[in-house]
Amino acid sequence: MALLSYSIRRVLMLIPVLLGMSIVVFSIIRAIPGDPALTILGEKASPKAIEDLREVLGLNNPWYIQYFDYLKQIITGDLGVSLHSGASITQEIGPYLAATTELTIVSMLFAVIIGVNAGILSAWKQNSWFDYCAMLIALIGVSMPIFWLGLMEQWFFAQELKWLPSVGRDNSRNPIEAITQFYILDTIIAGQWDQLWEVIKHLILPGIALGTIPMAIIARITRSSMLEVMRADYVRTARAKGLAQFWVVYKHALKNAMIPVLTVIGLQTGLLLGGAVLTETIFGWPGVGRYIFTAIGNRDYPVIQSGILVIATIFVLINLLVDLLYAYVDPRIKYR
Amino acid sequence: MKKRVLSGAMTSLLALSMLLAGCGGAQTTTQAPAEQPKTEAPATTPAAEPAKAGPKQLIIGRGGDTVGLDPIAQTDGESFKVTENVFDTLVGYAEETTEVVPSLAEKWEIAPDGLTYTFHLRSGVKFHDGTDFNAEAVKWNFERWSDKSHPQHNKEGFEYYNDMFGGYKGDETHVIKSVEAVDAQTVKFTLNRPLAPFIQNLGMSCFAIASPKAVQEAGPEKFNEKPVGTGPFKFVEWKRNDTITLEKNPDYWNAGFPKLDKLVFKVIPENTARLTALTSGEIDMMDGLNPDDAQTVKDNGDLQLILRPSMNLGFVGFNIEKKPLDNPKVREALAYAINKPAIIEAFFAGLGQPAVNPMPPSIWGHNNEIKDREFSIDKAKQLLSDAGFPNGFKIKFWAMPVARPYMPDGVKIAEAIQQDLKKIGVEAEIVTMEWATYLEKTKKGEQEMFMLGWTGDNGDPDNFLATLLDKNNIGGNNRTRWANEDAHKLLMSAQSATTKEEREKLYYQVQEIIFKDVPMVPLAHSTPALAARANIIDYKPHPKGSESLEKVDLK
Repeated sequence: MALLSYSIRRVLMLIPVLLGMSIVVFSIIRAIPGDPALTILGEKASPKAIEDLREVLGLNNPWYIQYFDYLKQIITGDLGVSLHSGASITQEIGPYLAATTELTIVSMLFAVIIGVNAGILSAWKQNSWFDYCAMLIALIGVSMPIFWLGLMEQWFFAQELKWLPSVGRDNSRNPIEAITQFYILDTIIAGQWDQLWEVIKHLILPGIALGTIPMAIIARITRSSMLEVMRADYVRTARAKGLAQFWVVYKHALKNAMIPVLTVIGLQTGLLLGGAVLTETIFGWPGVGRYIFTAIGNRDYPVIQSGILVIATIFVLINLLVDLLYAYVDPRIKYR
Repeated sequence: MKKRVLSGAMTSLLALSMLLAGCGGAQTTTQAPAEQPKTEAPATTPAAEPAKAGPKQLIIGRGGDTVGLDPIAQTDGESFKVTENVFDTLVGYAEETTEVVPSLAEKWEIAPDGLTYTFHLRSGVKFHDGTDFNAEAVKWNFERWSDKSHPQHNKEGFEYYNDMFGGYKGDETHVIKSVEAVDAQTVKFTLNRPLAPFIQNLGMSCFAIASPKAVQEAGPEKFNEKPVGTGPFKFVEWKRNDTITLEKNPDYWNAGFPKLDKLVFKVIPENTARLTALTSGEIDMMDGLNPDDAQTVKDNGDLQLILRPSMNLGFVGFNIEKKPLDNPKVREALAYAINKPAIIEAFFAGLGQPAVNPMPPSIWGHNNEIKDREFSIDKAKQLLSDAGFPNGFKIKFWAMPVARPYMPDGVKIAEAIQQDLKKIGVEAEIVTMEWATYLEKTKKGEQEMFMLGWTGDNGDPDNFLATLLDKNNIGGNNRTRWANEDAHKLLMSAQSATTKEEREKLYYQVQEIIFKDVPMVPLAHSTPALAARANIIDYKPHPKGSESLEKVDLK
């Protein structure tokens, strides 16, 4: 019951957050110097074309009218129309979100499985040879320039070894018929096993590039959190009972050590969903980060606004989910 | 301690990368041949028969996605690269120049007064949806483009139609009075006033003839995603920001073409990643090669380098209303002092040619007789002291804040020119600002010395010479504010002349006047580089930036 009312309060709290976000996004665009219409049209623009575009963008209205028009539109689920392609953003953004989500899931699986286990082992075998190596790798991982890592991966695994493809979501010589836009699902639904293998191969390099930083962060947090818990009395009691070290670590200590780890996983997942611009650019991944990035290059204001708003909303929702998960992991947490 | 860990990490990283590099060197030699596509055709197949190794596909990597596929609604190169293959225009351009050649129209007549154009259309041509291409279809397309009240006219209008034909139906400046279907194979255009580049305009990628039935059924917005034309390839699928797939049109009117069965345009934004994908064989060719990578491609036996003829111009302009730039001697001195070949070597990685005239040589009418001034500090100094500035002067030099194909790095190039000018005592202060402001202020003439460029639209000399330097365009694209009467007269008579020969002569003269009076120093025409697998043949890039790939084949 307490959980339910907490959840409702937590969801209601999203409204001011989202409103605030829409104001920030809206004002950032308008704070850019120069006439947006002229910036969009460039050196060949005729004065009439500039005036027409100002009209289309609603730039001739006072800013508060522009904002309320924008808000009205968003609330009805209409994200606007891209200036660049003339297509509806609500429709356009779907496949991009699917591509990004698929990549994010794979990267986070990679980051969580390796990161959490490496962290646990490091804490368990503190000050061992393994611990030093793992934490050194984690340190390198945290400070890894993704751009460099991505290009190196491509050069080594695609160009030199020819083990894995370097770009895209599928093999263009044997393209996938999109149904749900989640290619792993699509190939399973179609029963195309060779294509499923292709899709997985295409996910590996960008997945590792994108998952490296979260993996390193997760490993470090898990280690320090585990070390703290392992010193707790109840762990010592468990050991004194004669429980095998493995069960002490994985059953008793881990659950309590997971709280900060979960927070980090939540934050990182949110970041990946929106911040995968670099990875998506290097690996030619048709995702939402690149969609917004391209829109910035094209000065496609409606796409920038709506895209950022969508990502921010997802980010907020994931954090909500993490908050609610705490209750499951640690029953001591009370929601008041 | 922390420091030591970090430096340890750096060392191991370095070691790792060297190890990788070492492996790479060894791998190239052994792995490269393995990549050759396996042909499944048995050795017994007669050589004359095409190998049955599946469909002939060409995968083209490029930096950006298409904006839309309805050619008339587009202005960008990435869209035309695809629409060129789905559609045809009434007239086309020669393989590597902007000379007009027949396409959907087999031949045409121009009345001596330049007001009537009669086109004789190719017969038996069909759109991909099975409907006939004929005079009515041409008429319908022009009506759609010119008439704002037409049900399939876009609400944003058609930018290029407006620019090239002086507005829309009903506008005072609109050029096309009427389009008549005389019979099924004959179309007659009547103009309100002569427009010399008329026929040149008709070859532009945007004025491609679409299937009226398909546009009506889909409406302009959906047609923009699902195009139907008469071209060598049919549209299959578009995955946004990823791939566009086209397939062979077996009924293409140009018998024997296209050679390929399937064409895929794939977006890979990062230039280096695109080259990796090409080297590993995931794609067959790419554009937007980093100039610095040109040598790598040349050295790789599996790849070939292809240069696109230039259709652009990067220049340094003088606002001749500002002192001392009003003095032609000063301008000439500055022209002598700028070392063009060094700039092209350093900033275009050699992928460009020094510009002599304000238009590239790929465009007809380029005056090849004019020989450029040689870089000479002595002559520059001499001219400066003749003009009364033996010790030079101070000047503000506006540098472009953005990169363009014709000006890869505005500020760096400005710095190189600044060094050149210092040698003759001219102190140039580099000024730069945000792009929109730059364009606006240079239009108003607030600048002294500045840099800018132009990319051609229709391959007509008028599109460069009159646009950039005619006095009517002051306050528009003539940012030098050069108002030479002789040049103006010549440009105006060239606009109303009807034969190409006549116009050519006039443009030769205009270029001579420009060269003598130096309102600008043409710097460079960049030649964009493409790279392809070695087995690709007959790929001829066109200066306008996009081309039909009907003749391209695989060895």
